[in-house]
Amino acid sequence: MRTLFKFHGGVHPPGNKAQSTQQPTAVAPIPAKLVIPFRQHAGEAAKPVVQVGDHVLKGQLIGEPAGFISSAIHAPTSGTITAIDIQPVAHPSGLPDLCATLIPDGRDEWVERKPTDYRTLPADELRHLLRMSGIVGLGGAVFPSDVKLRPLRDHPNKDIGTLILNGAECEPWITCDDMLMRERAAEIVQGAEMLRSMLGSREVLIGIEDNKPEAIAAMRLAVADSGLPFEVVAVPTIYPGGSAKQLIRVLTGLEVPSGKLPTDIGVQCFNVATVYSAWRAVAHGEPLISRVVTVTGNVARPRNYEALIGTPLTDLIALGEPLPDTDGYIMGGPMMGTPLPSTSVPLVKAGNCIIAGSKKLFPPPPPALPCIRCTRCAQACPADLQPMDLYWFSQSKNFGQAQAFSLFDCIECGACSYVCPSHIPLVQYFRFSKSEIRMREQEKQAADRARERHEYREFRIEREKQEKAERLAAKEKAAAAAKPVEPPVVATNPDAAPENTAQMKIQAAIEHAKEQAAAIKPKNTENLSAEQLAEIAEIEARRARIRETAKSDVEPPKE
Amino acid sequence: MAAFFSPFISKPDTVAQIMLRVMLALLPGIAMYVWYFGPAILVSIALASVTALATEAAMLKLRNRPVAPFLQDNSALLTGWLLALSIPPLAPWWLIVVGTAFAISISKHLYGGLGNNPFNPAMIGFAVLIVSFPAQMTHWLTPHGLGQVELGFLDQLRYTFLGSLPPGVTLDAITMATPLDTLKTRLHLDESVKQIFDMPIYGRLAGQGSEMVSLGFLAGGLYLIAARIITWHVPVAYLGALFATAGIFHLTDPAHYVTPLFHWFSGAAMLGAFFILTDPVTSPTTNKGKLIFAAGAGLLTYLIRAFGGFPDGIAFATLLMNICVPLIVLYTQPKVFGKKHPSGKNGGAQ
Repeated sequence: MRTLFKFHGGVHPPGNKAQSTQQPTAVAPIPAKLVIPFRQHAGEAAKPVVQVGDHVLKGQLIGEPAGFISSAIHAPTSGTITAIDIQPVAHPSGLPDLCATLIPDGRDEWVERKPTDYRTLPADELRHLLRMSGIVGLGGAVFPSDVKLRPLRDHPNKDIGTLILNGAECEPWITCDDMLMRERAAEIVQGAEMLRSMLGSREVLIGIEDNKPEAIAAMRLAVADSGLPFEVVAVPTIYPGGSAKQLIRVLTGLEVPSGKLPTDIGVQCFNVATVYSAWRAVAHGEPLISRVVTVTGNVARPRNYEALIGTPLTDLIALGEPLPDTDGYIMGGPMMGTPLPSTSVPLVKAGNCIIAGSKKLFPPPPPALPCIRCTRCAQACPADLQPMDLYWFSQSKNFGQAQAFSLFDCIECGACSYVCPSHIPLVQYFRFSKSEIRMREQEKQAADRARERHEYREFRIEREKQEKAERLAAKEKAAAAAKPVEPPVVATNPDAAPENTAQMKIQAAIEHAKEQAAAIKPKNTENLSAEQLAEIAEIEARRARIRETAKSDVEPPKE
Repeated sequence: MAAFFSPFISKPDTVAQIMLRVMLALLPGIAMYVWYFGPAILVSIALASVTALATEAAMLKLRNRPVAPFLQDNSALLTGWLLALSIPPLAPWWLIVVGTAFAISISKHLYGGLGNNPFNPAMIGFAVLIVSFPAQMTHWLTPHGLGQVELGFLDQLRYTFLGSLPPGVTLDAITMATPLDTLKTRLHLDESVKQIFDMPIYGRLAGQGSEMVSLGFLAGGLYLIAARIITWHVPVAYLGALFATAGIFHLTDPAHYVTPLFHWFSGAAMLGAFFILTDPVTSPTTNKGKLIFAAGAGLLTYLIRAFGGFPDGIAFATLLMNICVPLIVLYTQPKVFGKKHPSGKNGGAQ
């Protein structure tokens, strides 16, 4: 048995997972209309490569990645693109975004799929394939998977010794990963072996919370069948045990350093659904155009559905048959999910669960009372923070102090709000503080840029003044030289020589200008490293050589 | 689904429930109190409760705060109960009224109300009373079977509200100094601990009756730990420090310094360890801080008891340690996940 480690805090909210696991995953019907956002992943939105009126096939690329951190978007079924415009989407900000509208033709006709044996492809081509297949993290962060599989920029040779598959699914109500592991374990295991070979990991750990015995059994069976030396580890059920950093800690005892990535400690972590999609993309040539989504909560038929990306949530909700007292919907789980402003928004890659809410299931919290510093929040915090202090600083907008008390190590899991007997929306305060700090940071950067521009402008005006003075001086000099030389008598009587005084003034101006030029020091030339100095010396030498050559070109050596 | 942001679920705990459970945990001690000293304490508690609620309501009104939700949070009631349990039960009615009103109005609401007071309100109330009305604060009831006369409940009520005793009964006949006080006075008269403990007011552990009350509070305190309303840190550090300090002195000179167990079960040690020092508002938030805070209070309690001018030291020990709380918290910040050093030390101290 593997020794498991603990992380601080955590809570045990009621699981409510049994409701949606009574029946196997069903395939949701193709809706009458699909709305596919071009931004379904972390990073840059995909760039549309189709036009209104185009007929597309299932799996055809409709948005190509635009940037280092970006991913591709595909048509989930065959049909006609009827619009590419701004539409409401399910985003916490509530802002609409660019989407393609696709009217299916009902034939569900695939583009030509190219199944590949991953062993025949070099890692960079595999990464490109994943990027062009739109594979992103399906655990919620939707971070492009190809980026996570790149060799480390700073230590390209450092190996990622441990690959972790995250099947913890710690949020209440959500069961999509559970059902996927129960039903498609073999493909997850094959996908894990593919990712393992890309990372060069020696060890593969599959962490599943022990409230999913069927999934654990299915995955163990699949691992045994594959003959691969992977380990399926049942981890204790505790929220937020499925958070990547907390799961890594439980499985390996290692803590991802604050502000660093798991790869910095030789670990990489993928959600099981991501691994499954990566496998489908490579072995079957199927890009990410559908996902398993849990429809549960205040519905008559809670169940998991494999639904096309872009399916209007109204259609999915209708499959669950919401009860009459339903008064709202949550996308995601009840701990970290977001309320849906409208159900007309489409399903996106991040959409793992839709929960119908009612007053009975999610009663409104009683009015918040003052903090009594009972420290239940600190006892529950998986990041070992002191939420009651952070709350105090956030409430008083003392952002500097909030940052000093590690505000940005907060993972926004909501455990603090969950346990607060005063019912203070703590995590909401922290989100507010973080966004305020980020906004101020941006404003500060903008102000810095403006100041630099202003300083440069001042410098430029001064330089132009000098140049003008020098030009004037040169002109005067030339004029003076052109004049017949005054007799030395004048020299003995300077008062009588206006030209001379003028010349002296010019001389003074030039001196002044030179002094000023000397006062303006070039920036960033202090405290240079030996390498930089050597580099500068080399450049200077090169310049000198060029000057010499230029001179010799212009003035051929006499002789 | 009225919430607009996650989490959409929360534990059903409320401040009112926490306070109520703390009050429930006081019941075994109160039962012992009634058993050994008669029902006078119930009158004190009732008076304190009424005063606490009335003062709380008045202050909320004055401060333009919603009255109903705060009156229902039980925090004022708990303050009143703790003060009532800290002062002599047989006292003129205005003593507990003045103390409670001061605790709620001055030491709680003038600092910003629930959650904002730096000092334990009940202990501020106690301090005000012992400084202002020292005579009334020394008339402790004699436990059952030890006094020359025993007052009935009606007689006790009459004394509390009208100040009159039955004919022929003096106040001295029904009250006594506390075991701690007696010990201190007798030690000054050069009696040895052994001689003093032969007096009938002393029982197996400490004072007759009062030791049983302390046991009642200990039982209630253990319930609070088991129910996860308080953590073990404060009681263990407090009782540990008190035991250790008393133990050292006792070992050096057993004739002059009583056993550590006597200190545990005398006065308000158990009440303080589990109910007073554990007040979340006025104690440190970090676990390490709780240990330092409570150990300091334990040490101070002993020093005040053994060498100070007051018979018991919980109130002043608590208040003195309350002063140190912000500093203790600042220097005991725990390690953050993924970080090597606590941020409080460097980042916090500015």
